[in-house]
Amino acid sequence: MRLPRWFHLLGSPPFVYALAGKVAPWLGAVTCVLLAVGSYWGLVVAPPDRVQGEVYRVLFIHPQIAYVSVMAYVVMAVAASIGYVWRLKLAHAVATTAAPIGASFTACALATGSLWGRPTWGTYWQWTDPRIMSETLLLFLFLGYLALRAAFEDRDKADRVSAILAVVGVVDVPIIHYSVIWWNSLHQGPSIMKLDKPSIAPEMLTPFLIMVVAFTACFYWLLLNGLRGEIVERERDTRWIRQLVEGTRG
Amino acid sequence: MNEFLRMGGDGAYVWSAYGVTLAVLLLNIWWARRRHRSALERARASARDERVSKRPTVRQIE
Repeated sequence: MRLPRWFHLLGSPPFVYALAGKVAPWLGAVTCVLLAVGSYWGLVVAPPDRVQGEVYRVLFIHPQIAYVSVMAYVVMAVAASIGYVWRLKLAHAVATTAAPIGASFTACALATGSLWGRPTWGTYWQWTDPRIMSETLLLFLFLGYLALRAAFEDRDKADRVSAILAVVGVVDVPIIHYSVIWWNSLHQGPSIMKLDKPSIAPEMLTPFLIMVVAFTACFYWLLLNGLRGEIVERERDTRWIRQLVEGTRG
Repeated sequence: MNEFLRMGGDGAYVWSAYGVTLAVLLLNIWWARRRHRSALERARASARDERVSKRPTVRQIE
């Protein structure tokens, strides 16, 4: 089977570097607009919740950030496995870039959740809550991935060994998702991602979904931005980077 | 306006959650910028080093 040309181009660092540079500003603009609209809608326009009152407004950031943290892990693991199987350096670059972003989103999900838990459940942290624990494990998987990479002097070796950890850690993804169904949790069961109609008022659902798209766009924006630096770092001694830095010196 | 900031008495929780999120986003943007810039700087330095090492030295002429 002949592969289309763009497929080969996606393996070419100069092409991807330039493409990321072109796409990133647009994604950044989309992110900023959606975050502004979604925050205004969620904080000002949406009515207070009948049970939780005003504090429920964390609903417009916390689940989205938690969802993006899991998505970041999947992106990292898929990229790392592509890099491992096809020895594609760019895929390893994507995985390496996704890791710190994912770690920061995971930490942010835990922090915002804890700030929401105190006024609603009466506690910042619950060691026996399966969702909190599986999300905490996700944080350690990201940190473990980064620490493992840092332990290797040789980048190719770091790529291959850390890819194995990334792929093994994928087991945590379904555990996070099903944790609220399998075990007793302080977290509620699924209310949006289910086959039935979402159990949330439409005035709240719209800003909720806007923020889902906003944080997803935000992740890919950060990923493309980070990828540019990572590509330059990995390609430092190639001719095209030489030309790039000689050209931009002015 | 005051009522908006109070968030029914839970303002501290709501605003710190939004604040932490904003801080994480800004930190990520800053990280990416710094990393890109320092990578370009290192590439520039290594390009310079190579030019210097290609220059003929006294020992090579001897």
